[in-house]
Amino acid sequence: MSIDKETVRKVAKLARLAVPEERLEPLAAELSGILGWIEQLNEVDVEGVEAMTSTVDVTLPMREDNLATDYTGGKRARDIVANAPKTEDHFFVVPKVVE
Amino acid sequence: MSDITDLTLAGLRQGLKTREISSKEATEAYLGRAEAAEKLNAFITPTPDKALEMAALSDAKLATGEGGDLEGVPLGIKDLFCTEGTLTTAGSHILDGFRPKYESSVTANLFGDGAVMIGKLNMDEFAMGSSNETSFYGNVINPWRRKGQQTPLTPGGSSGGSAASVAARLCAGATATDTGGSIRQPAAFTGTVGLKPTYGRCSRWGIVAFASSLDQAGPLTQDVRDAAIMLKSMAGHDPKDSTCIDQPVPDYEASLGQGIKGLKIGVPKEYRLDGMPAEIEALWQQGIEWMKDAGAEIVDVSLPLTKYALPVYYIVAPAEASSNLARYDGVKYGLRIEGSDITRQYEKTRAAGFGDEVKRRVLIGTYVLSAGYYDAYYLRAQKVRKKIFDEFLETFKQVDLLLTPSTPSAAFGLGEKSHDPVQMYLNDIFTVTANLAGLPGISVPAGLDRQGLPLGLQLIGKPFDEETMLRGAFSLEQAAGFNQRPDEWWVG
Repeated sequence: MSIDKETVRKVAKLARLAVPEERLEPLAAELSGILGWIEQLNEVDVEGVEAMTSTVDVTLPMREDNLATDYTGGKRARDIVANAPKTEDHFFVVPKVVE
Repeated sequence: MSDITDLTLAGLRQGLKTREISSKEATEAYLGRAEAAEKLNAFITPTPDKALEMAALSDAKLATGEGGDLEGVPLGIKDLFCTEGTLTTAGSHILDGFRPKYESSVTANLFGDGAVMIGKLNMDEFAMGSSNETSFYGNVINPWRRKGQQTPLTPGGSSGGSAASVAARLCAGATATDTGGSIRQPAAFTGTVGLKPTYGRCSRWGIVAFASSLDQAGPLTQDVRDAAIMLKSMAGHDPKDSTCIDQPVPDYEASLGQGIKGLKIGVPKEYRLDGMPAEIEALWQQGIEWMKDAGAEIVDVSLPLTKYALPVYYIVAPAEASSNLARYDGVKYGLRIEGSDITRQYEKTRAAGFGDEVKRRVLIGTYVLSAGYYDAYYLRAQKVRKKIFDEFLETFKQVDLLLTPSTPSAAFGLGEKSHDPVQMYLNDIFTVTANLAGLPGISVPAGLDRQGLPLGLQLIGKPFDEETMLRGAFSLEQAAGFNQRPDEWWVG
């Protein structure tokens, strides 16, 4: 399956990646090369095979419904915004998203 | 003591316990070597102040006869592990200035056992690469060179900094991670031991995520005993990672001496590739002989789906990566490039922050997960993966371990393969199968090729049976007697 320039443009939009116009064509060629190589999976008969979800046969563990006190617990707003490029109080600041 | 950095981790630990060596001395010795090895570019962030602080605390504990299993031992930490208060970059521009407010579970385990961090190690960006050429912080250079030549070689990737720093003895051991071969391939290229545990053995909490169903942390060390010691400290249950298994951690070191008499070692014929260097084939045969001599029984086995492992990987890993890397948006941490609106800001930040290989994989992942293609690519890949998994489990009914080469070549020159993504991906052809099936694997240095470069042999074990795998690895190591070291051309 080969990918064209327009598909790269569309996928880049979905992935939120700005791709300059002159890179679209070379990327289409690169991605087509990789996907062409991947196509060999069509040789494998997967009729009736269940898709893999986990290599370890365990049920998802449940925890007590308590507020954690470790890193995953509450009252860490200051830590959560500590690395943000722009903040105000305990909020992340982004360009205006509503009119 | 002639030179502290000549010791293995086990030897150093002994010296620290008996107080013949202080952690301060050991830490200073490694820091000195690391400083003199700038040409290798193994570190992104050396942390000498933190190291000396941690060493002082360790010395105080050792003085009173206390201290953990790794008390005072200086380690290098791959820059994929979040370290509280210390810059963590994952080799990417997009994490500029990120100082985590928390510690990854694996590093917390190691530091809890007394280990000293001497720095954060260079790596391929987001662990995506097999040559350490995708790092925003530049290539790591392999301490090994071809005999009589000065061509800079790759240390492998993505744990290139971990492998180079252990091979050049800039730390007593290093943490690493393996998604498709990123521990074992660099270990093979640098004459070191690299162990990828069973998926679920080590917690992934606090490790920058690449492909969550494949990522696993493990040690990169000078020898098999050191790998056993480090793994014991790194492994263990963690409620913060729901895929981390709640099983006791065995004393891996204790199993080493048990030998391999009576073990059944499978040799999968599909790991014999057209065009593979004759030396690798010969080394594999040699490995088979060594294991026979040690009393193991060799069983020829067949894993016909092996050739599909890499194509499956290059759907599953980019798909998971495109999802995991959606978090880098210039809002919560790291780099931000301002845009006219929030979407432009996302697009510009990600375009500036990600390198070419990361962009390529994010695009592939987004494509294979997009409407209309999901069934044809992602779902099919996960079905083939299931068949590969079943094929391994079936084979492990007849054998205890599998023996294969670690890589299809020795270390190659920087720039030799970076122009062709698929050629680069083929580096992981022998290692990626263990990730898809969640199995433990280890690469052990087994000899030098005629150009004087190290080559490795790989053992793959049953799920959660790292003990048998380590017994096999120890036996291979004893037989190979690999004790060569690279010339220290980088000094001075």
